Amino acid sequence: MFIVSFASILHAGEKEPYHIGCAFAITGKAAWLGEPERNTAVMIAEQINKAGGINGHELVLHIEDTQGSNTRAVNAIKKLIKKDNVCAVIGPSRSGTTLASIPVVQQAKVPMLSCAAAASITNPPEKREWVFKMGQNDSDAARRIYEHMQENGIEKVGVITGTTGFGDAGRTQLKNLKDEYGIEIVADETYAPGDTDMTAQLISIRKSGAQAVINWSIVPAQSIVPQNMDQLKMDIPLYQSHGFANIKYAESAGESAEGSIFPAGRIMAAKTVPADHPQKEVLISYKNAYESSYDDQVTTFGGHAYDAMHIIAKALEKVGDNPAKIKETIENMEFVGISGVFEFSENDHCGLDKTAFEMMTVKDGRFVVLDR
Amino acid sequence: METGLITDLLQFLFMGIQRGAIYAMVAIGFNMIYNSTGIINFAQGEFVVLGGLMMVSLTMSLKLSLVFAFLMSVAFVTVVGILMERLTINPVRRPTVLRLIIITIAVSMLFKGSAMCFWGKGSHYMHHFTDAPPLEVMGATILPQSLWVIGILALVVIGYVMFFNWTMTGKCMRACAINRDAARLAGINDRRMVMLSFALSAAIGAVAGIIITPIIQMDYARGALLGLKGFGAAVIGGLGNSMGAVAAGLLLGIIEALSGGFISSHYMDAIALLVMLGVLFVRPGGLFGSSEEVRLKEF
Repeated sequence: MFIVSFASILHAGEKEPYHIGCAFAITGKAAWLGEPERNTAVMIAEQINKAGGINGHELVLHIEDTQGSNTRAVNAIKKLIKKDNVCAVIGPSRSGTTLASIPVVQQAKVPMLSCAAAASITNPPEKREWVFKMGQNDSDAARRIYEHMQENGIEKVGVITGTTGFGDAGRTQLKNLKDEYGIEIVADETYAPGDTDMTAQLISIRKSGAQAVINWSIVPAQSIVPQNMDQLKMDIPLYQSHGFANIKYAESAGESAEGSIFPAGRIMAAKTVPADHPQKEVLISYKNAYESSYDDQVTTFGGHAYDAMHIIAKALEKVGDNPAKIKETIENMEFVGISGVFEFSENDHCGLDKTAFEMMTVKDGRFVVLDR
Repeated sequence: METGLITDLLQFLFMGIQRGAIYAMVAIGFNMIYNSTGIINFAQGEFVVLGGLMMVSLTMSLKLSLVFAFLMSVAFVTVVGILMERLTINPVRRPTVLRLIIITIAVSMLFKGSAMCFWGKGSHYMHHFTDAPPLEVMGATILPQSLWVIGILALVVIGYVMFFNWTMTGKCMRACAINRDAARLAGINDRRMVMLSFALSAAIGAVAGIIITPIIQMDYARGALLGLKGFGAAVIGGLGNSMGAVAAGLLLGIIEALSGGFISSHYMDAIALLVMLGVLFVRPGGLFGSSEEVRLKEF
């Protein structure tokens, strides 16, 4: 629980500062989400204040640690709204904590920009008036995978997913969308986060006559799948989810991950995004700023905090710190961010579609945008 | 590519033995401390994590040779185990089982927190020990790293048997486990034996962590998960019986692999748990421990 203030940097302290609340899972089981988010938010607040604040108002961040727990997230957001009087909340980091916090912001009528991804965060829109979402939809990742399969004439797939919330959600999306793309799921296997070998599951997939494997998980164990496929000499293509977009997973899988195909936010391969892409400039500037400020690589999650900070800053610049006006402004905003090109509307508080994902592959141990 | 039943069976066996080897090694660690103190050391999983993380730092960041890094990591965790015993277990005035167990829970949190501060929150990977292609046995394949896992388990078991049967220190430790008061009367320093059991248990935990890290990657929070299955193996094998634990660990791994391969991967943990429950209903003392022997502990 701490407050980051940059009063010393800023000398235009005449005007009332703007207060923004952040609730991230900085420690605990989802710390790998919360840490880059916190770092990014702090970095951007610093940048804005150095440049003289927003219309001369200093930006004050109130950062709370949810530890990835629902109760703590709800308490943190209550505190941010009631005690710190923030005009908007960024976070929480996880889908579960976000869903738990929705009633609080709905009642307090303060906009919340969640850094999580579940579709139910912004649906149904009439019950989510104050909730926005920075993360890309799971369903869009599944769509991109199926589209790519369609283009390559793949009809029968074997699905292998991790038994975590992320893996489970992916499995549901893949099942829901398969008919739309004329895909048949011929094998459906799972593995636990602590598993060390998936050959049994892969043999079942091989027997089913699948033309490709989809590996959907966010835990490190997913790196074992490509290695086991190599071991079993399976030469059908391997598709992975956006949960694979962590360069360590690719490094750990080594050679065997080369050529596997997965959808991911463009930040993961910022350098190979074509120069004329609208996001190119933001991607490179965020990547450079983050990697020079912290001894860490950029992640999609930090990108969510980047988008949220800039969206709120834009709204503050336009209408000041009235929560209702901020909400209204965001609903009419277009924003080129890290996760994609956001086009919000009253009924679409996510603002992203499937184009937010780019199909990527692993080449020489790096993520690169897949050539079409 | 269609393969025969025998090949599949062999493949599942390989998978099961590799999984089981880790359970077995964690289970031996549990037993060692159980025998000397009568408690379950909840920090056992943390020993595994510390061993793995240390190995990653030494090989990937400092680029030390595998053998040297291996020895250094084991030595490091052994020292951690000794410190744990000297600083938290030994000074307790009236050591009741419950008190000691709660201490180990506290220590496990401490280890976890320190590992998080030192190694960060992300997962760490290292390369496989040998960069060789998978080996083929009758159509089934096995990764060289799995051979390392199995081979090192075998070495640990052989070393273990030799230590407890052929060395004086080992025999003293056994004597303490069977009857601590009598052993003390015979002139054995029982407190030192407790310390030694923590040292050995930490060392075996570290070895398990080191050989598994190239396969699963390691992060600070993994201890509980690794400890859990190992504890299951220790219980099925008969708590305190380490050879039973090795057999039970391998069995657990093989049951998981077979049910994953032939029935469904969704239920593979559930099936293994059902078998465990079944065993405990029929033989409450575990597969290799009779209920009378439960009182008469043996390494």
